[in-house]
Amino acid sequence: MKLPILAAGLLAMMLGTAAQADEKPTLTVYTYDSFASKWGPGPAVKTAFEKTCGCTLNFVTAGDGAALLSRLKLEGKRTRADVVIGLDTALTADAEKTGLFAKHGDLPALDLPVKWTDPTFVPFDWGWFAFVYDKAKVKEVPKSFEDLAKSKLKIVIEDPRSSTPGLGLLLWVQKAYGDKAPEIWKELADNIVTVTPGWSEAYNMFLKGEADMVLSYTTSPAYHMVEEKDDGKAAADFTEGNYAEVEVAGRIAGSKHPKLADEFMHFITTEAFQKEIPTTNWMYPVIKLSKPLPKGFDMYKPEKTLLYPAAEVPKVKDKALAAWRDALSK
Amino acid sequence: MARRAEQVGGPPGRVLGGAVALGLAALILGTLGAVAWRAAWGAQADGAGGPLLGPADWAALRFTLVQAGASALISVALAVPVARALARRRFPGRRALIALMGAPFILPVIVAVLGLLSVFGRGGIVNAALAALGLPAFSIYGLQGVLIGNVFFNLPLATRLILQGWQAIPAERFRLAAALDFSSAEVAKQIEWPMLREVAPGAALAIFLICLTSFPIALTLGGGPRSTTLELAIYQAFRFDFDLGRAAVLAALQFAVSGVAALIALRLALPQASAAGLDRAVERWDARSPLLRTLDTATIALAALFLILPLAVILAQGLPTLTHLPGIVWTSALTSLCVALGSAVIAAGAALALALAITGSRRPRLFEGAGMLPLAASPLVLGTGLFLIVNPWIDPAALALPVTALVNALLALPFGLRALVPALREIEAAHGRLADALSLTGFARLRLLILPRLRGPMGFTLGLSAALSMGDLGVITLFAAPGEGTLPLQLYRLMGAYRMNEAAGAALLLLVLSFGLFWLFDRGGRADADA
Repeated sequence: MKLPILAAGLLAMMLGTAAQADEKPTLTVYTYDSFASKWGPGPAVKTAFEKTCGCTLNFVTAGDGAALLSRLKLEGKRTRADVVIGLDTALTADAEKTGLFAKHGDLPALDLPVKWTDPTFVPFDWGWFAFVYDKAKVKEVPKSFEDLAKSKLKIVIEDPRSSTPGLGLLLWVQKAYGDKAPEIWKELADNIVTVTPGWSEAYNMFLKGEADMVLSYTTSPAYHMVEEKDDGKAAADFTEGNYAEVEVAGRIAGSKHPKLADEFMHFITTEAFQKEIPTTNWMYPVIKLSKPLPKGFDMYKPEKTLLYPAAEVPKVKDKALAAWRDALSK
Repeated sequence: MARRAEQVGGPPGRVLGGAVALGLAALILGTLGAVAWRAAWGAQADGAGGPLLGPADWAALRFTLVQAGASALISVALAVPVARALARRRFPGRRALIALMGAPFILPVIVAVLGLLSVFGRGGIVNAALAALGLPAFSIYGLQGVLIGNVFFNLPLATRLILQGWQAIPAERFRLAAALDFSSAEVAKQIEWPMLREVAPGAALAIFLICLTSFPIALTLGGGPRSTTLELAIYQAFRFDFDLGRAAVLAALQFAVSGVAALIALRLALPQASAAGLDRAVERWDARSPLLRTLDTATIALAALFLILPLAVILAQGLPTLTHLPGIVWTSALTSLCVALGSAVIAAGAALALALAITGSRRPRLFEGAGMLPLAASPLVLGTGLFLIVNPWIDPAALALPVTALVNALLALPFGLRALVPALREIEAAHGRLADALSLTGFARLRLLILPRLRGPMGFTLGLSAALSMGDLGVITLFAAPGEGTLPLQLYRLMGAYRMNEAAGAALLLLVLSFGLFWLFDRGGRADADA
């Protein structure tokens, strides 16, 4: 029963050795699945970087940002990663604590809604969370969570325990309302149709008409404009501000190819990498590009950007989760 | 029977069965051990502490028990009339309907849930009909939704397992019943009830365990965190808290619940006295009354409608994009097919060895317990444990596909057993003495006597494991998918990239391929079984 697996393993090892015998070194980059997929930035980034590095870029994927961090923690110092790309500001404090990451070098002028001071992680894209809706169906757009709670609008959200946007929403309400957050959740309870394991389920349900609004990003309407020539979707700006997500990369300190890894870290904030971001990850690039952003990217500019300093996230998330759970379990 | 059966597998056969059982126990308990060991090791480093289980975990346990228990009972209670109707009626399309019974079970959860929502959701067919009639809307979100989802997945499975039991009843018994002028009620009492006592508890247990170790249906259709199951709590321990100790404790709790459920089910299950039959076509003289005929027709029609409507929606939504899916989707479909075939071979071989050991052993419960173990395992703990075991030696990414095939073979094994064991007992009861008299033992007995008569359940086992691994999305994401990925992974990638229409096409492709595999094996097995 285990023979085929052993055989496959041996074969894989042999192939692996054969690849090492090749002159080109291999840079191993851990990322989340959709980054490396055909529709993500991965393929273009790989081609562009391999043109200049004289190396092979190999993506190894885990489900999403949090799964990526769990995997790193499981592997510890044994990790095969040289670079990790795809963590976000809700995870960086935990990631820093693993002690696996090295400090980054100099960064160019960044175009972020917040000042970037993290000495370890380099941002590679960012966006604002927002409730997305269909303009034809939602006429009175809520301006805040309080508005939303008072309305009869039905929303679908993601679970903070299993999804990145879900955790983002949890932090958003916490940051905007502080001690009042549990009350907001209680008032929102009757607006929430359901809570899904991930973004894909939620967004799909929204498109199917199961809910009037869905927790997504301010850039979601841009996708429909650019790819589907449909300008019927919109994102709501909230007066208390919209929460931001900054996605980051980090270099593994124990990498066997430190020079190549540094080269890649530098490459992340260059135009060649950044120009792929808007229409693959549907997020904002972290530098000003020479060409204007695609249609729809300039439609939303929340009045305020909310974001916890990374170090505070571990302190607030457990309490916020307990409040969320209590309020919605009634 | 024990003496005879020893000759079935013979000592080498039993050794093989024992090896499979040991392998199963080592894998399932070993992976849990690996996670626990890593947790203890990590705790020393971090100095972590605190109570392991809080009130939220007990709430999760309560909800898990309620939803899994209710889903199992409802699925089996509904499956009995459906299986009975299918067992005693012959109509055009019957075979297709029985094969279709495998379809929901093998769908990736998200596809099935979206299909169900098109029927029962806020904008679904049911609510459109209710609105047209001026009736209040029906909300699927809540315990009712969890139950609808679980029954949609598991009613077909329960029906198939129970139907196998019906088909294992020799035609001679119904002939004798007819000669004795038995009414339908007497047939039920004397022939069908004993069969159900043997088959139904096992089917209920299998469904209970499936519902115990999953969370996406419960969460999505349950309407929020009040529908938190143990598996979701394990998920949270892994990725939100990264507390492996808690994950291991929760997984152990899940095992304990499974163990208690298994004990109850085995206690309820009564092996029936087996008797000889001559593999004749079944005829049911007792079920000829117009009333029973109408009742059966209505039962079959309702069950078919419940199962087919969501599938039809998936078909309708996927067709427009099916033909122009990107090439990579087809490549990954090919990868998935190879994984599925590998998985089918492993599952069928292991299930046969274990089934022979169960029917041949004086202590069948030990082997049966081993055969149910995969269902009690938390998929996440199983995958993570394997990862921890493999990682120091081999790059897990290189093993993603073989491990996917293996783990899904394990997950399909319990269902294969449920189908194989009763059939095997029936064969031994019917033909064992003749075979003994002819000194037909060992491999020859397997080849000449057993395998030809096991075609049905073997085909079912092969088909189910192939289809299950076709739709798998668990292990592969933990082990890092190879670049081209598998079909379910591409489907998820399409969804993650906003491409819901193409994702619908990929979902249809997945449905067609899984179902096609299931159909081919299953049909091959039943080619002449129910003329």
